[in-house]
Amino acid sequence: MADKVEFELVSPEKLLVSQPVHMVVVPGAEGFLGVLPGHAPMIVTVKPGIIDIYANDMATITQRIFVAGGFCEITGARVTILAEEASDLDAVRGLDRAALEKQLADLTEDLADAKSDGERHTLEGKVAIVQAKLDVQAGTLH
Amino acid sequence: MPSLKDIRNRIASVKSTQKITSAMKMVAASKLRRAQEQAEAGRPYAERMGRMLASLAANVAGGPGGPRLMTGTGSDQTHLLVVMTGDRGLCGGFNSSVVRETRRAILRLQAEGKTVKLLTVGRKGRDLLRREFPSLIVASFEEVGRKKLSFADADRVTAKILELFDAGQFDVATIIYNKFKSAMTQIVTLQQVVPFAAPEAGDTAVEAGAVYEFEPSEEAILADLLPRNLAIQVYSALLESAASFFGAQMTAMDNATRNAGEMIKKYTLIYNRTRQASITKELIEIISGAEAL
Repeated sequence: MADKVEFELVSPEKLLVSQPVHMVVVPGAEGFLGVLPGHAPMIVTVKPGIIDIYANDMATITQRIFVAGGFCEITGARVTILAEEASDLDAVRGLDRAALEKQLADLTEDLADAKSDGERHTLEGKVAIVQAKLDVQAGTLH
Repeated sequence: MPSLKDIRNRIASVKSTQKITSAMKMVAASKLRRAQEQAEAGRPYAERMGRMLASLAANVAGGPGGPRLMTGTGSDQTHLLVVMTGDRGLCGGFNSSVVRETRRAILRLQAEGKTVKLLTVGRKGRDLLRREFPSLIVASFEEVGRKKLSFADADRVTAKILELFDAGQFDVATIIYNKFKSAMTQIVTLQQVVPFAAPEAGDTAVEAGAVYEFEPSEEAILADLLPRNLAIQVYSALLESAASFFGAQMTAMDNATRNAGEMIKKYTLIYNRTRQASITKELIEIISGAEAL
């Protein structure tokens, strides 16, 4: 068994990361997954959160990337994450906190007024993204 | 006969036109390169999305309970045409060829007794179609990706399409856009996006026999994935359209520059001829005046 798994992070605008890694931890919709080489094939939806990349060994995180949700396809040799939006953790920390809070308040308000299920679903997704960004800033999201 | 001054003015004006067209050509060329790079950068995502969708579709296998974006509404009575054109002109046949194709599609569908609705992206398409089919346009977008096309732009268009679909406003959606082939040629393409035809699993070279686990369920993932996929299709069509626009503009401006050059040559010839003729005439007048003495 190979000791590394090919990791790819793609956003609609470009290919962000493509490198072999020892392990990556993905924030799945139903819990975090640590993906190692030879993982069972899976397709998982990703919730807003942080991806941890262990490129060199199993103990140290070499890179942490914030994603605003997406999909993850795992095969034995490959992990592909299709992210809707991905950015460096520092970039998220640098965002204006007040603006985010306002955005959250606006979205929550819209959510209360939402009429159709589809609309509610989209808004819930947006709220989750903003909430996750705030959590990153507060340091409560790991 | 125009005087020498008239011709001189004419030459000067054509020269300044030529300067403008050649500058526009250069701008279009650099924007074309950027648009092409962007289209290139967007390809990995679309590719992997296609792959994932293929393996999902193989699992769900188009059962009757599948999501409506994939299975359709069960009717094809109302068609939505998403027409992508540029916001401005000066680009040869770019806008008019899309509009011509759209008109043909509308007439064909109407002849079959179907209802047609239009969603236009780009000001030119809206203006041209509004004249002929004012009641069909349900929504229009302008200045999409004015500075730089981003995925958010595609998302906006997609949100509108989905909203219409959820409201039961149409059964089949088709995007009409210019597919970029080269700077010289753009091909008007009709691409059906709703209901989405799943690619055959075999086509996309998936690891054969890979049995995936799904978390949450297949249906839930598919329900999330299909709207994303629609957005991707819109996004890549927008990118193609943008690249085509700059390609068409570059070619058109190249032609204009060349024509201006020819015009300058022609007028310079006339100018010199007229100048010589007037010199000759003056000489004859002097000589015959001297002889008369």
